Order: sequence, then structure tokens, then C-alpha cells
Amino acid sequence: MEDIEHIEKEIQLVDANGRRLDGRALDELRPIKIEAGVLRRADGSAHVQWGGNRVLAAVYGPREAHPRHLQNPVRALVQCRYNMAPFSVSDRKRPGPDRRSVEISKVTSEAFQAVVFTEQFPRTSIDVFIEVLQAEAGTRCAGITAAAVALADAGIPMRDLVVACASGKIAGQIALDLNKEEDNFGDADCPMAVVPRTGEVVLLQMDGHLTDDEFDRAMKLSMGAAQTIYEMQKDALRRRYAVTAMDVGPEPAGVSA
Amino acid sequence: MDSSAARRQVVLPGDVIEARGLKPGEGTFVEGGIVYAAQLGIRSEQDGFVDVIPLAGRYIPRADDEVVGQVVDLGPSHWLVDINSPYPAPLHATESPWRVEFGETSHFMDVGDSLLAKVLGVDETKRVQITMQDQGLRRLTGGQIVQISHSKVPRVIGKGGSMISMITSYTKTQAFVGQNGRIWLDGDVKDTVHAVRAIRMIEEHAQSMGLTEAVKAYLEGVYGPKEG
Repeated sequence: MEDIEHIEKEIQLVDANGRRLDGRALDELRPIKIEAGVLRRADGSAHVQWGGNRVLAAVYGPREAHPRHLQNPVRALVQCRYNMAPFSVSDRKRPGPDRRSVEISKVTSEAFQAVVFTEQFPRTSIDVFIEVLQAEAGTRCAGITAAAVALADAGIPMRDLVVACASGKIAGQIALDLNKEEDNFGDADCPMAVVPRTGEVVLLQMDGHLTDDEFDRAMKLSMGAAQTIYEMQKDALRRRYAVTAMDVGPEPAGVSA
Repeated sequence: MDSSAARRQVVLPGDVIEARGLKPGEGTFVEGGIVYAAQLGIRSEQDGFVDVIPLAGRYIPRADDEVVGQVVDLGPSHWLVDINSPYPAPLHATESPWRVEFGETSHFMDVGDSLLAKVLGVDETKRVQITMQDQGLRRLTGGQIVQISHSKVPRVIGKGGSMISMITSYTKTQAFVGQNGRIWLDGDVKDTVHAVRAIRMIEEHAQSMGLTEAVKAYLEGVYGPKEG
């Protein structure tokens, strides 16, 4: 225990000018790049680069839920699988679900259940696959952000997109979007997912300790960043579906010629 | 074409839709008196409703849709037909064009057979019924089936059927475009290959400018310009 205490004091996460290790200000996000519709076989897909994170999300469905006893006669299931590639971290990650990824899968599917109009597709399942190709802290936020774009790309009816962003406490100060060093040696990390249009919170977790006041400030930072990321998500989808020609209108069914 | 393109607007889930006295239609929802888009699509106005026409998504059957199906299971008095939707569609023997004795369904259609059918009805729990009792509905023999996204069906058909009739007249093939995104084509093998290529072209460039011209150029490149 003494050793860790010692390291924490050695690493200076925030310098005298309020700059972090990677040169960001306390309220600055890492660079984010979102692309929609990257996979051919999936109904919807998205790729997100978020700092050092690379996350791929694919959506299938609504499709018949299997095994059948899982089917809900009045609504669709939203089933998520969060998975880290063995090569996503510096020490090889043992493949397959572990305690951590099972937890993340559960909380993300609950986050999406809150926005998807599940009652429109009884007895079906909407399957979301989140694959972390490269990890550098904040993969669950990057994964949720990617999955939201993939769901929209799959044409799933939703109340709004979901945006996720983390904030936390490093060197005694509240900061947005922690990177790997800040996550490892910081004081607290608090990922959250919101519905930007209404401000509803659909996922909220915390690792470490924050006072009431610190928590409020962290929430405010995440909420602000969510709006920025929301615009990026929408931009990615608009780029994919930039319609320029051909009128799209209802046509008579089953025209044969 | 340019003026209509300017009026069309891509909306994303959660986008506010200008309703101006129009009623909220398909693909939309209302919260606090404001109309929002529920899914990714194009805003459209029709019959006093404001709708979102989906640009992606699975085929959800609706009454009177004509579809291309495939038999996946048999019962003594019904066939179970896959119509490329999340819900399998039973076809009852009394809805077939034949007089089927109990237990003799396999004499008429077996697992793997394809057919043209019409959606008879869909209830609120999304249980689907289909029928073959309408003009032109039959079991398919010969030809091949091409699968595309159901949201691109309107573009394969074209305005008033212009696109598909152009393809069929150049390639001298027979075609049936199902609302579920399955297209049945029949004709000479070489001609069918070109028809499939033209359809794939439409699928890939469904949202680009001058699609009709591009498809026409491709077909003329193969068959030469059409006289008359």
C-alpha cells in the first residue's frame, strides 16, 4: 500500500498551468472521430476513435429472439455484448467474457433499453456487439457512443441517440475524459451516459470517491461534453446518408414487369 | 430533380420535425406537443401526416404488401414462410390456390420452395398471416432471387415502376420486386446476370445523383442503345 501512495505523489497529473499529461485542459476531450456504416454484413455499424481507443460496434435486428423462452411477448430485447480483443491492451487479454465485460454488457443494454421503442417489435431481439480493438481508458463510453450510432444506422426507432462520457478527479481537481494514466493514478472516474435531448441519465457508475460538490461539477462537465459528442454522432450519420438524388417515396407494392 | 432534392431532409432519431399543423405519422413520436423523428430517414408529408420514411432497417410486414417468401417448415394444414422479417409468416392451406387435403401440404410446396405471396394482415402482437389467393401469386419455378435492403425497394422500382421496367426491357427478363427486399428474376442466364448487376448498382448508389442515367448507361453498354 505504501508503495502505491509513493507513486501517486511522484506522477504529476496536472502541471502548474492546469495542463494535463497529454497537454489537455481540465475540461477538454480527447480527439474523437466517428464513422457510421463501416460493416457490410451488419444491419448497422459504427467505428469510433476516441483518443487511443478504437471501438467497433455492430447491430443486428430486430430479429427473432433465440432461445425462444427469452422472447418477451410485448417488447423487444436489447442484448449487448461488450468484448475486448486480446490485442486491445498491452498485456494480452485472455479472450472471452470476464466479470468486467459481463457487467459492462449489462449496463449498456440497460442504457439502450431506455431509448429504443422496444414495444414496436414484440418477441424480437436487437443485438448490439461492441468490440474494443484498442483500449486506453474510457472504452465503455466509446463503446456506448459507437453503439448508439450503429443503432441509428440500423434504422432502429429510438427516442434519441445515447451519448456517453466520463469525468473524474485527478490530482485533487475535476477533469473531463480521463486517459490511461489519469485513470490509473487519479482519484476517481465517473462514466455516464445521457440522452442529450432530455438530459436523462441512462448510465452512471463511479470508481473512487467524490464529494457532493465534486460530483456535481463532474456531472456538469460530462453533460457539456455530451452535447459536443452528440453533434459528432449526428454528423457521422448525416455524412453516411447524404441524400442528393432520387426521390424516395412510397411506391406501389410488388410491381412486376 | 435538384429542386426535390433540396426539399428532402435527412432526419435522425430525436430530431425535431416541423409539423405545422400536420399530424404525427409513421416513424415519429410526440413528446410535450413536439413531433420528433423516431428513426433515421427522410421527412415527408402525405395526407395531412408528417412521416419519416426509413433509410435503413429490417422489413416489418404490413397488410397488402406483396412479398417473395421461402418455405421453411411444414404443418399438416399450413406452410411456414420466411419473408425476410423478424416474424415467420404462416400460410394456411385455405389461403393457397390449391385444394389441399389435411396432411398433404408437402405435395404442393416443400421446404426450400419459393413463392410470391401477399400479407393478409398483421395484428398488434405482430402475428402475420399471408395469402396466395390473388392475381399473379404463385409458387416460383426457375429464375433466381436477389436480396437487397427493403428500404431500397422504392428505388429499384423507380417512379411508377420506371427503373425495374427499364431493366427488364433491356435484359428481356421477368422480374417481381417484393416489398421485403427480395427480387425474383427469370430469363436467360446471361441476361439475368446483367439484371442482377444493375440491381446491385442501384443498391450501392441508391442515394447518388443520376442513378437512372448510370443504370441506363450500364445496360446500353451491354446491349447497345435501344431503338424506338
